[in-house]
Amino acid sequence: MRDVAIVSFAQTPSLRRERDKDEVEMLAPLLGEVIERSGIPRKEIGFTVSGSSDYLTGRPFSFVIALDAVGAWPPIEESHVEMDGAFALHEAWVRLQHGDIDVALVYAFGKSSLGSLRDVLVTQLDPYYTAPLWPDAISLAALQARALLDAGLCTEREMAQIAARNRAKARQNPFAQLRGDFDVEALLASPYLVSPLRKHDCPPISDGAAAVVLAAGDRARKAVSRPAWIRGIDHRIEPHSLGVRDLCRSPSTTLAARKAGVLGASVDVAELHAPFSHQEVILRNALDLGPNVDINPSGGALAAHPMMVAGLLRLGEAASRILDGRAKRAVAHATSGPCLQQNLVCLMEGDP
Amino acid sequence: MSEPVRRIKAPVRLAFEINAGHALTGFLRAIAEGRFLGQRCVSCHKVYVPPRGVCPTCGLLLGEEVPVADTGTLTTFCTVNVPYEGQTMKLPYVYGSILLDGADIPFPHLVQGLPVPEVRMGLRLKAVWAPPAERKPTMESILWFSPTGEPDAPFASYQEHL
Repeated sequence: MRDVAIVSFAQTPSLRRERDKDEVEMLAPLLGEVIERSGIPRKEIGFTVSGSSDYLTGRPFSFVIALDAVGAWPPIEESHVEMDGAFALHEAWVRLQHGDIDVALVYAFGKSSLGSLRDVLVTQLDPYYTAPLWPDAISLAALQARALLDAGLCTEREMAQIAARNRAKARQNPFAQLRGDFDVEALLASPYLVSPLRKHDCPPISDGAAAVVLAAGDRARKAVSRPAWIRGIDHRIEPHSLGVRDLCRSPSTTLAARKAGVLGASVDVAELHAPFSHQEVILRNALDLGPNVDINPSGGALAAHPMMVAGLLRLGEAASRILDGRAKRAVAHATSGPCLQQNLVCLMEGDP
Repeated sequence: MSEPVRRIKAPVRLAFEINAGHALTGFLRAIAEGRFLGQRCVSCHKVYVPPRGVCPTCGLLLGEEVPVADTGTLTTFCTVNVPYEGQTMKLPYVYGSILLDGADIPFPHLVQGLPVPEVRMGLRLKAVWAPPAERKPTMESILWFSPTGEPDAPFASYQEHL
């Protein structure tokens, strides 16, 4: 395998509603920033790939419109995934393995605020048996939380503690949307949104964008003093039908982690894409993280959750801690689909 | 075996709000006032109408706003002969690319006011606006473009804009 590293990362603040800028206006300054930060000239980018969803915008080919922000002239080699940008990053990593190019640009954008997000997400479900019932995204997460509670794998108190801890950590993150000190007792005294989930167990609705520059081998070493080397990256998916799955476990995360070399590795930092509080419990178990791992120093998806971006944010936040020397080894996780259906795991490491 | 199921009913209805962004908002507000507003690229200096926030060839945020005339030249066109649902124009009609005077990018709109066989490249056109009271921040505030009666523009004047 060819050594590939994240050499720069940039993000917009996550906002409940970005009123002034459209997607292109959000992206253009961000892409300029991430490219400048990499120290690599724009013309050296050999591959560009993005993650987004037209369903969020309610507009066909919104990802093609977003290409205006890239400056696709002379014509560029480009790709897109109708998924979180973390999966676009995986495609860029594969593309760099071909060996003929050294630099790739990855970006993701999502305006979750333009429609009713919990209903928009129904359109990703099985169109014959599940979607016609309109089970919204929060209700499906509640189904999973109920299964977890009934199995004795977590408690509502533990869920409130996870929410409070993530949002307390987010105080250090100027890009986060929901941050501050929350009292666990007060959280537990609040009413259910969709039982057993309370409002604090759910992610905020966020508009935002993020971008990453990947570089291979010596090009990465030349660009930055401490590249965040991708030591392993893999993603796995579980069946579409919710009834087929054991919602209390995430075997796809465990398998991806094994393939990425995360299981058994000692890591300083883990950025987990757990939009709902109880999902952090499932992911911690699936990744077998030790007690000394700093989980979600950024505040995670409970503090900022731009759809199609929040997974790439995990990779970027983990990488930035290696780039600036705060961490030696980090694991990043991204998810897609209802109830953690598809999961990506990435192990990153700095040079000693 | 009875008849196989060939259809199911699964209605989907999702409502979205538009966020026009800075550039398009400025353009649409100007349209409601009966004028065109472009924006110039800070790098290649091309004037985009409508502006879309960035220059798609340079990938940079657009710079200064530039007023653009409501007259222009037809660079290319097609004739629509096929009826479709929701159609409001009488067939056949012409849909054209119009290079507004002062803009670098042609702009698509309807062409009316002359027999279809007489529509040609280089035709000089002027916007026909909806009455002021009916103008809104929407493209429907421009009804269509019709001939100014000026001589046709020479090919060389628009060949870089096809």
